[in-house]
Amino acid sequence: MAYDKFTVLKSSAVPMPIENVDTDQIIPARFLKATERKGFGDNLFRDWRYNNDNSPKKDFVLNNTIYSGKILVAGRNFGSGSSREHAAWAIYDYGFRCVVSSFFADIFKNNSLNIGILPVQVSPAFLDNIFTAIEADPNTQLEVNLPEQTITILATGEKESFDINGYKKHNMMNGYDDIDYLQSLKTEIQSFAAKSMY
Amino acid sequence: MSKQAATLFDKVWDSHVVRKIEDGPDVFFIDRHFIHEVTSPVAFLGLESRGLKVIFPEKTFATADHNTPTINQHLPVQDPLSANQLKALETNSSKYGISHWGLGNPKNGIVHVVGPENGITLPGMTIVCGDSHTSTHGAFGAIAFGIGTSEVEMVLSSQCIMQPKPKKMRIKVNGKLGKGITPKDVVLYIISKLTAAGATGYFVEFAGEVFENMSMEGRMTVCNMSIEMGARGGMIAPDETTFAYIKGREKAPQGEAWDKALAYWKTLKTEEGAAFDLEHNFDAADIEPMITYGTNPGMGIGITQHIPTAQQIGGSKASYDKSLDYMGFHEDEEMLGKKVDYVFIGSCTNGRIEDFRAFASIVKGRKKAEHITAWIVPGSHIVEQQIKDEGILDILTEAGFQLRQPGCSACLAMNDDKIPAGKYAVSTSNRNFEGRQGPGARTLLASPLVAAAAAVTGVVTDPRELI
Repeated sequence: MAYDKFTVLKSSAVPMPIENVDTDQIIPARFLKATERKGFGDNLFRDWRYNNDNSPKKDFVLNNTIYSGKILVAGRNFGSGSSREHAAWAIYDYGFRCVVSSFFADIFKNNSLNIGILPVQVSPAFLDNIFTAIEADPNTQLEVNLPEQTITILATGEKESFDINGYKKHNMMNGYDDIDYLQSLKTEIQSFAAKSMY
Repeated sequence: MSKQAATLFDKVWDSHVVRKIEDGPDVFFIDRHFIHEVTSPVAFLGLESRGLKVIFPEKTFATADHNTPTINQHLPVQDPLSANQLKALETNSSKYGISHWGLGNPKNGIVHVVGPENGITLPGMTIVCGDSHTSTHGAFGAIAFGIGTSEVEMVLSSQCIMQPKPKKMRIKVNGKLGKGITPKDVVLYIISKLTAAGATGYFVEFAGEVFENMSMEGRMTVCNMSIEMGARGGMIAPDETTFAYIKGREKAPQGEAWDKALAYWKTLKTEEGAAFDLEHNFDAADIEPMITYGTNPGMGIGITQHIPTAQQIGGSKASYDKSLDYMGFHEDEEMLGKKVDYVFIGSCTNGRIEDFRAFASIVKGRKKAEHITAWIVPGSHIVEQQIKDEGILDILTEAGFQLRQPGCSACLAMNDDKIPAGKYAVSTSNRNFEGRQGPGARTLLASPLVAAAAAVTGVVTDPRELI
C-alpha cells in the first residue's frame, strides 16, 4: 500500500501520557472483521473514547477539542501486544502521521513504518518536556524533521535527534514500500529458495 | 581468524539472509507462512491490486481460528462479518493454490496448535504469521514471529520480509520446579521479573535445566508468551524431546529425508562461548503458581502474595492506578479467595492435551462451583479427539463441565465467547489487556491448574492444596 511521502511535519499534538498502551486498546479485536482497509479511524481507541451507548467519554483526550494535530504523543512502551496492523491503520486513518514515545513495541514500529506513520522515539526527559509544553499550551507546535532526524518543540526551541535506519528513512521520504523492492529481487529469491532445505 | 562462536539464533537467522542491505534490514527468507482469516484479506487485496501472484503457495498454510464459533460449527456462521472473513480465506486459498483447513476440516484448529501437531513446524525453520503468538513455534528451535498485514503481502508475493536482525538475550532457569508448578507459571514468572517491555528489541533463547526437562507442549507455552515481555520471539534448542515429538507426524520428513534432517537439527545449538547481548538467570525454586492482577502480562505475582504497591513496581503511578481501577483491585490486597465468575481453558498458550490433562487432574472427583461459567475449548480437533479418547471428557462431564469446539474463543473474544463487563475470569490465555476478553472484562492469567482450582472452588485458590 503506497502512502504519502514524509519529510517535515509541523503540527500541534495530542498528548496521551499512559504507559503500555497495547494494540487491543488502539483497536479492539471485535473491529478487526473487515476484509478491506477502511473505516478503522472511527474505532480508534474505541473503548477509551466511547461509552456503551456510543456517546463520547468526556475525559478522553481525543474527545477534548482543545487538542488536535497530526502527532500523537504517548507514554512508554506504546503498541505492545497483538501484531494487528489494523492498529496502525486506525491511527493513520484518524489522521495521525507520527507517533512520539520514549519506547515502542517492535511489531508496532515495523507496521507503522510499513504504512507511512513515523514512530519517533525520544528520551524519557524529552517526552516529559513535550507533555509539559502541551500542558502549558495545547496548541504547542512540534516539528518532526525526517531528513535531519530531529524533533523540536518550537515554542522553547528544545530539540532532540532520533534514530531510523537509512533504508526505512529513504522509503518514508519517497513513499516507497518494501514490496516493490522485493519484487526487484525475485530471481535472487528464487535461486535462494531452490537451495533451501524446506 | 577463527570463526566466532555462534548462537542457535545466529545459525538459523544467518542461513536465511538472502541479501544484506547497508544501514537497512536484511532480506529474510521465510520457510513456512501461516495465514488466518483476520490478518490476510487485505494482503490478498494488495496482491490483486498490484497484479502479483503467490510465489510459493506450497510454503503457506491457511487455518480459520480467530473468528470461529465454539458451538454448532456444522451450522453456517451467524455473524455476517465473521462469515465474510472466513469465506475470504477460503476463496483466496483456493484461488492461489494454498492448503486451507477451514471449519469442518478434521485438521482445523488454532494456527499455532495445528502447525506443530501435524509436523509442519520443524527445527531450523523460519516461520511467520500475521499473529504475534507465532513465537510459539520457537519451541522447536525455529525462528518464528508475528508480522503485520503488509508483511503478509510481502511473504505471499516474495517469500521474504525486510527485517533488521534483533539483539540476542538468553534466559536460563536452573533447578527443579516444585509440585504444581507448570510451564505457564515459569513464563509468567519471567515476564513479571522482566516486565511487559523487558525483552523488546531482543530475540530470546530459553536455556537451562528447567527447559531441558520440559515437554514440547510446555516449551510451546513458554515460547508462545515470549512476545508478552516484548521479545520478537523465543526459541529453545532442539533435542531428543523435540525429535521424538516430531517423528511420525503427518508432514514431518520420513525415511532418508528424516535422517538428513535429523543430522542438521543436531547442529542447532548455541556453541560454547557464544555471546549474548543480555543474559538473565533465574532459580526454579523461587517460582510459585502465578496469577496476574493487572492489565498487562507483566503484572503478575505468586498466588500466595499480595498485590504490590505502585512504588514497588516503579513506572508511572497514574498508569498503575488506571490498571488497578479497571481490575477493581487495591494495592497490597491478597489474591487468594477472590471471587471468580468465569474460567477459560484453551488458546494457543494452553489449549493442548497436556493442559486438559492438568485441568482434569484437579477436577477429577470434584464438582464445578455453581456460580462459575467455564469455557473449555480444545486447540484443535485432534486435541478434542484426545480429550475424548483419554477419558478426560468423562471426568469433565461428571464434574458438570461441557466441552466446546476448537478455536481462539475467549482469548480475544472475536466470536461470541465474551466475558461480560465487570466479571472476573481466570484465563489460561496470554493477555489480560483491558477489554481483551470482551469490553469491561477482567482477566486473571494463570495456569490450567490454577484455572481448575478456581473452577471447582469458585475463588482464586492455590492448586497445590487440591493436588
